[in-house]
Amino acid sequence: MVLLKAEHITKKYSGRTIIKDINIELHKGELISLLGVSGSGKTTLFHVLSGLTTPEEGRVLLNGEDITSRPGQISYMLQKDLLFPHKKIIDNTALPLVLHGMSKKEARKKAQTYFEDFGLEGTEYQYPSQLSGGMRQRAALLRTYLSSNGVALLDEPFSALDTITKTAIHRWYLEVMQHIELSTIFITHDIDEAILLSDRIYILNGKPGEIRDEIIIKEKKPRAEDFYLTDEFLAYKREIIAKL
Amino acid sequence: MTKRLQSITSKLPAVVALCLLILLWQFLCQSGAVPAYMLPSPVQVIKALVTDLPTILEHASVTLQEAFYGLCIGVGLAFVMATLMDHFQILNKALYPILIITQTIPTIAIAPLLVLWMGFYMAPKITLVVITTFFPITVGLLDGYKSVDKDSIDLMRAMGATKIQIFFHVKFPTALPQFFSGLKISASYAVVGAVISEWLGGFEGLGVYMTRVSKAYAFDKMFAVIIFIVIISLLLMGAVNLIKTLSLPWVRVEKKEALE
Repeated sequence: MVLLKAEHITKKYSGRTIIKDINIELHKGELISLLGVSGSGKTTLFHVLSGLTTPEEGRVLLNGEDITSRPGQISYMLQKDLLFPHKKIIDNTALPLVLHGMSKKEARKKAQTYFEDFGLEGTEYQYPSQLSGGMRQRAALLRTYLSSNGVALLDEPFSALDTITKTAIHRWYLEVMQHIELSTIFITHDIDEAILLSDRIYILNGKPGEIRDEIIIKEKKPRAEDFYLTDEFLAYKREIIAKL
Repeated sequence: MTKRLQSITSKLPAVVALCLLILLWQFLCQSGAVPAYMLPSPVQVIKALVTDLPTILEHASVTLQEAFYGLCIGVGLAFVMATLMDHFQILNKALYPILIITQTIPTIAIAPLLVLWMGFYMAPKITLVVITTFFPITVGLLDGYKSVDKDSIDLMRAMGATKIQIFFHVKFPTALPQFFSGLKISASYAVVGAVISEWLGGFEGLGVYMTRVSKAYAFDKMFAVIIFIVIISLLLMGAVNLIKTLSLPWVRVEKKEALE
């Protein structure tokens, strides 16, 4: 079942075409990656998908409904965790619910129910500055999840983390995604990360950025920790490098 | 315990410097290097402060009222002005240069005009306090609003937040530390502004009392009032610091985390 669909998206800034005729689909429960060199328009595409900016051509459909230029329909996690330093973790995560009219008390109660799944128990009344990088990412992911209609856009969510934390959070992310059934598109520069996490990978390249290829990762999820070392993994990696 | 000790140690140079300055002052007066009619000694000033305290307190209650009303109106005006200027860029472009110009006009030059226009009671004094206090707060708030990360605004928009929600959840809280920095400066300006305006006319207040004692060449009393004003200003700044610490618990936590 197609959850999110972008049709013929073209976006220009100051007369310059940044992305051209982009067509992508996200199915329910799927995790797809956008891989591409810097400046190929990945973040611009996310701005269009999230409704922050209006494309010159094309439209975005969520469950068949046109949501082009309508922010607040799908959640978007930007490159930094962007937790608000003045809000406690419980209020940071509950914020999307409050913005949509829920009372603070109710929103806190609902957010609280996910703290265990997201490994955030005990951090409810702490400020973001008291959390490690990995925990902050988890809190930001929970906020993203709570603001989603089942679809999340993640722009390089793990790029700021060190390798050990990143590996741990990859494992945790795959487990939690199975559990909460969040369909995700995420941008990454890390080919290994894309192969490990994704069901499909779109290669976005060129100027203006265009979808050059689509690679399907057939291995079932959650993938084993040593998937990195398998011949299949290396075969995918070779294929992607050749296409980038 | 170690942090407490560090905090005390960091303040020690300032305390020692102040004590040395007072000792030097006392020595210069006692040795006769400076005539007593020109500069009273610290001991004479403290004596005058103790003797005159009831009169000073009576006048101070008027000055503090003027400072308080002026500061409150100044804060309110600054909040409205900065918020509008941040929201409407055209207003920012039009008003920012005027704001700067108002700060180049010496307070002492406007005070007589205000007395002429508004009379000898509280109105011209409060107006002068408003003029002197609202600028640091406006600039502080404007800088605070501008310091908000653009990505944070995008994130809020992506979550479907309205402009008012973005203001109350992100912009205003982010601007609060700068607001308090401006308020701290304004709190000290408020008392000084009220005293200056009282110099030029009025019936009560520390400024009025200062002009009276200066005409009587009672310099010890004059210094006593000056010291009293310094104490009030420091107390006000301390009060603002306390409100800031209580209102911004996350800043306190961040500082603590940074130290660990």
